[in-house]
Amino acid sequence: MIRFLDVHKSYRVEGRDVPALAPFNLDIDDGEVFGIIGHSGAGKSTLLRMINLLERPSGGRVLIGDVDMTALEEAALRLQRQRIGMIFQHFNLLGSQTVADNVAFPLKLAGTRDAAAIRARVDELLARVGLTAHADKYPSQLSGGQKQRVGIARALANRPSILLCDEATSALDPQTTGDVLELLAEINRELKLTIVLITHEMDVVRRICDRVAVLDAGRMVELGAVADVFLHPQHPTTRRFVEEALPEETAAGEAPYARVQGRILRLSFRGETTWTPSLSRVMRETGVDFNLLAGRIDRIKQMPYGQLTLALEGINVDAALQALRAAGIEIEEMTR
Amino acid sequence: MIAAPLLHALFPNIDDWGELGQACIDTLLMLGGSLALTVLIGLPLGVLLYLTARGQLRAMPKLYALTALVVNVLRSIPFIILMIVLMPVTYFLVGTRLGIRGAIPPLVIGAAPFFARLVETSLREVQPGVIEAAQAMGASTWQIVRRVLLPEARAGIAAAITVTAIALVGFTAMGGAIGAGGLGDLAYRYGYLSYKSDYMVVTVVLLILLVQALQVIGDRIVSRLSRH
Repeated sequence: MIRFLDVHKSYRVEGRDVPALAPFNLDIDDGEVFGIIGHSGAGKSTLLRMINLLERPSGGRVLIGDVDMTALEEAALRLQRQRIGMIFQHFNLLGSQTVADNVAFPLKLAGTRDAAAIRARVDELLARVGLTAHADKYPSQLSGGQKQRVGIARALANRPSILLCDEATSALDPQTTGDVLELLAEINRELKLTIVLITHEMDVVRRICDRVAVLDAGRMVELGAVADVFLHPQHPTTRRFVEEALPEETAAGEAPYARVQGRILRLSFRGETTWTPSLSRVMRETGVDFNLLAGRIDRIKQMPYGQLTLALEGINVDAALQALRAAGIEIEEMTR
Repeated sequence: MIAAPLLHALFPNIDDWGELGQACIDTLLMLGGSLALTVLIGLPLGVLLYLTARGQLRAMPKLYALTALVVNVLRSIPFIILMIVLMPVTYFLVGTRLGIRGAIPPLVIGAAPFFARLVETSLREVQPGVIEAAQAMGASTWQIVRRVLLPEARAGIAAAITVTAIALVGFTAMGGAIGAGGLGDLAYRYGYLSYKSDYMVVTVVLLILLVQALQVIGDRIVSRLSRH
């Protein structure tokens, strides 16, 4: 477990302390994919770097398992860092070294001398990320997605228990982003590795994270399971992030439902409830008419979900809502 | 030999070509010796400047300021003056103020600070993200220097060595004026003091060829090192 206890951070700029992160507590469980979302300057990069102490907290403690990272001497901290992999937005590969040498780099840093053992481990890692054919190329000869795969192989070399991802897909095109996220999810499943990632794209969170923290101007304004945060965002910043991932909801502009008759409701189906035709059954049984205003059917990580905005008309609307709730559908009344 | 009368016709004052050959060898020896020592001293000095600068891995503003001051002082003294000022030091270090051996200490002291600054500049070209990645992997400062900074900056350092070697050619020629020997010595004694302008022409042409050769070799190494 990664545990932040009363951690805060401020930077000294021209003799003044400028707060970057307000005091917070946070537990990240072993084996989960934890997302931190925020706009640039929100403090997410600082938060991520406090896990491996690339940024030292101004106060509070950071624990990994039962090791207090903030109390370690430099040599002990370096040993701990070898157990934490990290990948970066701009990959940060050694341009002067081949792909294989880049992947071997952390092994050599950790003091592995046995060339055959290094070679075997590098081959295994390159096979995992699908780059066996590119072992002897230089980073400049690779595409962005391939470079990030080298970064992932390098981060995994010393068999870490934690992988930190610093905007790992922000420099990649949508197709490549999908591939890299899939690889990360696979690694998380197969190696039981804890992944902490920071991003400014809700879509990244939706696709691979289990839980998410939303940062806004140095404060953690929302924290929870991705499905809860995604389907029922509370904080305005979170809503904006969710809306960015659902462009059709905002396309209508101001007061989109002004001319719509009836009560406007947002229905969220997730997991099991998506498999049954509850909506059509309840509408038929109660004689309520619905007008479909907006909607999206997709997946949050592995879980299917649907979110539909409907206008309901008829005398039995309340009974219909009750029946829908009984079927496990979450309902929010929308204002016009 | 057919060439001999022709050479005599073109350069009537040069009767001892062997002396000229020896001067070439002396210049090359001075250049090689001083370049090797300059790199040996200037490279760690450049790394020190890089590491101790504000905001860097081992920021030590006071040490940086002191090193930078010494480097700047040595760089601001014209080489010919530096050579004279350093004579007691030279005598202490190598037991003579003359010849190739006497020339090497001032050459190194004059060129190493210059080279160190070039090294510092090329190290600053290394992407900070790559250094951060190495830190995240648990690299020590020494490992970062040896395995990240120097390999990543190798093309820049090779270019710095080329520039320094060419500067040293100029320095050795200047050194000739005060007893260092080599091509500069011939140009000064025969070409300037004895009005034998053919000596001047030949030595200048040889120096141009030497500089050209250094530049071509240097460029080739740089392009090989940056091809990846």
